[in-house]
Amino acid sequence: MTVDPSLAELSDRLFSIAVALYSVAVVAFSAQLAFGRRPARELVPAGSGGADAGAPAAPLRSDRWGLAGLAVTVLGAAAHAGVLITRGMAADRLPWGNMYEFATAVVLVGVVAYLVLATRVPAVRDIGAFVLAPVVISLVAIGLFLYTETGPLVAALRSSWLAVHVSSAILGSGLFFVSGIASVLYLLRSRQEAGADGSFLSRLPGAATLDRVAHRTAVFAFPIYTFAMIAGAIWAESAWGRFWGWDPKETWMFISWVVYAGYLHARTTVGWRGRPAAWVNVVGFAVVLFNLLYVNMVSTGLHSYGGLD
Amino acid sequence: MSTVAPPRPAAAPPPPARPSLGARAWGLWLRWWRRLTAMRTAIVLLFLLALAAIPGSLLPQRSLNQNAVRQYFADHPTLAPVLDRLYAFDVFGSPWFAAVYLLLFVSLIGCVVPRLAEHVRALRAAPPPAPRRLQRLPDSGELATALPGPAVLDVVEEELRVRRFRVVRRDGAASTPPGPAASGPELSAEKGFWKESGNLLFHLSLVALLLGLAGGKLWGYEGSILVTEGQGFCNSFQQYDTHSSGALVDSGDLSPLCIDLEDFRAEYEEDLTAASYTADIRYGGPGEEGEPATIGVNDPLRLDGDRVYVTGHGYAPRFTVTLPDGTAFTDVSAPFLPSDQTTMSSEGALKLPDLGAGVEDQLALEGFFAPTGLMQGGVLTSIDPRPLNPQVAVLAYQGYLGLDSGLPQSVYSLDASQIERGRLAEVGRANLAVGETLTLPDGTAVTFTGVSQFAALQFSHDPGQVWVLAAAIAVLVGLLALLFLRRERFFARVGPAPDGGGTVLTVGSLTRGGGESATRFAELTGQLRAALDERSPTPSAPPSGGAAPEPEVSPRDR
Ligand code: HEM
Repeated sequence: MTVDPSLAELSDRLFSIAVALYSVAVVAFSAQLAFGRRPARELVPAGSGGADAGAPAAPLRSDRWGLAGLAVTVLGAAAHAGVLITRGMAADRLPWGNMYEFATAVVLVGVVAYLVLATRVPAVRDIGAFVLAPVVISLVAIGLFLYTETGPLVAALRSSWLAVHVSSAILGSGLFFVSGIASVLYLLRSRQEAGADGSFLSRLPGAATLDRVAHRTAVFAFPIYTFAMIAGAIWAESAWGRFWGWDPKETWMFISWVVYAGYLHARTTVGWRGRPAAWVNVVGFAVVLFNLLYVNMVSTGLHSYGGLD
Repeated sequence: MSTVAPPRPAAAPPPPARPSLGARAWGLWLRWWRRLTAMRTAIVLLFLLALAAIPGSLLPQRSLNQNAVRQYFADHPTLAPVLDRLYAFDVFGSPWFAAVYLLLFVSLIGCVVPRLAEHVRALRAAPPPAPRRLQRLPDSGELATALPGPAVLDVVEEELRVRRFRVVRRDGAASTPPGPAASGPELSAEKGFWKESGNLLFHLSLVALLLGLAGGKLWGYEGSILVTEGQGFCNSFQQYDTHSSGALVDSGDLSPLCIDLEDFRAEYEEDLTAASYTADIRYGGPGEEGEPATIGVNDPLRLDGDRVYVTGHGYAPRFTVTLPDGTAFTDVSAPFLPSDQTTMSSEGALKLPDLGAGVEDQLALEGFFAPTGLMQGGVLTSIDPRPLNPQVAVLAYQGYLGLDSGLPQSVYSLDASQIERGRLAEVGRANLAVGETLTLPDGTAVTFTGVSQFAALQFSHDPGQVWVLAAAIAVLVGLLALLFLRRERFFARVGPAPDGGGTVLTVGSLTRGGGESATRFAELTGQLRAALDERSPTPSAPPSGGAAPEPEVSPRDR
């Protein structure tokens, strides 16, 4: 198995292009926030949350910025997907064999999830800047700190479970990120709706919408994450001789799973609904992030495929 | 999606307040039990469980890495014993971790079993009567039609049954006190029991999963051993280098199985990434010829309840030792443990405690092995994991090894205290390529004759494994049903139109789960409208005052 250097180089170039396009999108979304008036489009009609009221209005000028941002994001996502596709072709394998590839894929899932949400729930478009800015920052960090040359997989990863387990873990984590961002924005927005000042915050979708987006995304991600955990256990059984061994990575996946179970409970429990539940979701988000970064880079365990020394 | 709290089973009425001690204790118990099985307790316990697992990943754990724990004790001599008393190095087997998850599961059972009973009852009971004011339901609307009331409900019932609702009709006037909102015959329909079934399946499968884990821990065992090509082992705790077993394992009951390692191969990519490890083995009962099999990474030998894995590999350099009197020990070897997986440079020791009658001194070699050796500044290093140019750097010792001193010692190194005390003395050192010989002062010749590979094999027995897998799949199935199915209740009531002509049909629905209930409700009412129009002798009159014939659908979506 040899690596095709020209494809590997193309992959690296696409990475820069994706970052550049996303940065442009951040500018466009920020312009939308800066020049826009209150967003008039709402997912949740009257009755579900104070400031959500408002009749649908004709597209505002700010919408053009939003649409431009969306279009550039789509282009960026195409380049971003290209990074992984060309890398996979260069090494003739699935492009998630090390942390650079894994993290890049998780961020892509986040972007795609945002795009899907933004087309289905127009109000979500307005959070573009808050999704794309972290995306740009994480991609730059990934490029700087996690970059690994294209190469073949180590023996332990040569299994069809790589496709099953890692793909679902990537999908789940990426969706949880979007959910986490929505919950952070919900926390800001609900405080602002409650009277605290925050000029640009009023241009975000209503708190009820943000809460619903966060919950729906987490509901979608949770079974995928559960599946990833089960698939990981099945794989561990054939690779390491036990299906569960409290390896640091396993432990942190367990912790995040338990936190998300807590979030789903909190969403349906009187006294926990709303802000407390959102905080639980934010904690889950932090745990997934911690698992992705710290556990791969700092601790030593069986999951030491980071490709970092 | 619903944000309504799940209906908790109605709490048992408190016992009549009597001063009897027993009754008070019972009341106290009930109160605690209710608190333990409340949802908010579940959330707190889930949080505690997550918190409790954290030290298990930040501190070294005995179950994962004994050496790391020893190192931690060496680095933190005052802190480590204190932490150890708190089970910080055995978090997942500690009483406090167990306390958290056992409480959680008691809470879960206490929460789910009443729900299960309730669910079974609801499965057999008829859908509940319609609420008095249908307009107050999250989704509701009114339709006017020229059909008479009973015929209208016939149509609604048919449409709902086609959609697999369970439908019951009641004579509204008889069952509810007549009033402005509740009058006329009514209909209740319900579907989506699978959502609650999924919820129960999910939570109960978690319990099953825990039981499977516990069973596997109690009746399971695991042993690890290094086996050099051409050698073998049988499944017994005496033979393993390390083993662990559950409390209920009887060492006499291990499956009678022996494994011989015939050949081991490690293959590498051009950039020296390990591509595959394969071991050709033979397995069978003691004394049997055995069946051949090939195992490798991700590909263990699976036998009824037992599994054999390749968990690592390494090199065992071979030496021929010729004593001054001509006695030769041919091709003796010992596994050298890889200290660097990328180059497979390895360290180890070969101990020869018994060199035959009349030889007082014991002999040992300790050193460094490089599969592809290169001398750099007088130091032997390895530059390739493949055995392209095997070399060893060895120190030879003679004297007393201390093997029978009663204290256990590592097979991979010499007992440093014997060297310190002068009982074991260095008598020579050399870097040897294959075929080269180190001659010791007393005339003993040590020849490096070549290298064999060894495989680290692990034998595992976990009777709970299949059970855990089945429970995990049930957990997932239950979760999907619980999260993505919805439960719908649909109510309808007919009454005479205020202007006397025809009938007004009032409908309302209550949905849990699934989201976007308003659109689905609008769709259903639209279809009801169409069905009613089809049956009407004349196109149905709009409801009072000539409003649009569209159902007036409340736009609220909870
Ligand atoms: C092992 C620990 C537990 C886990 C992992 C867990 C997980 C979950 C999840 C993921 C949901 C889905 C929430 C949703 O509808 O969005 C759920 C629902 C639920 N859980 Fe648990 N749970 C656990 C323990 C408990 C306990 C101890 C109780 C009772 C005190 C409980 C009662 C419920 C109830 C009543 C629901 C249904 C909520 C509804 O229908 O809206 N669970 N659980």
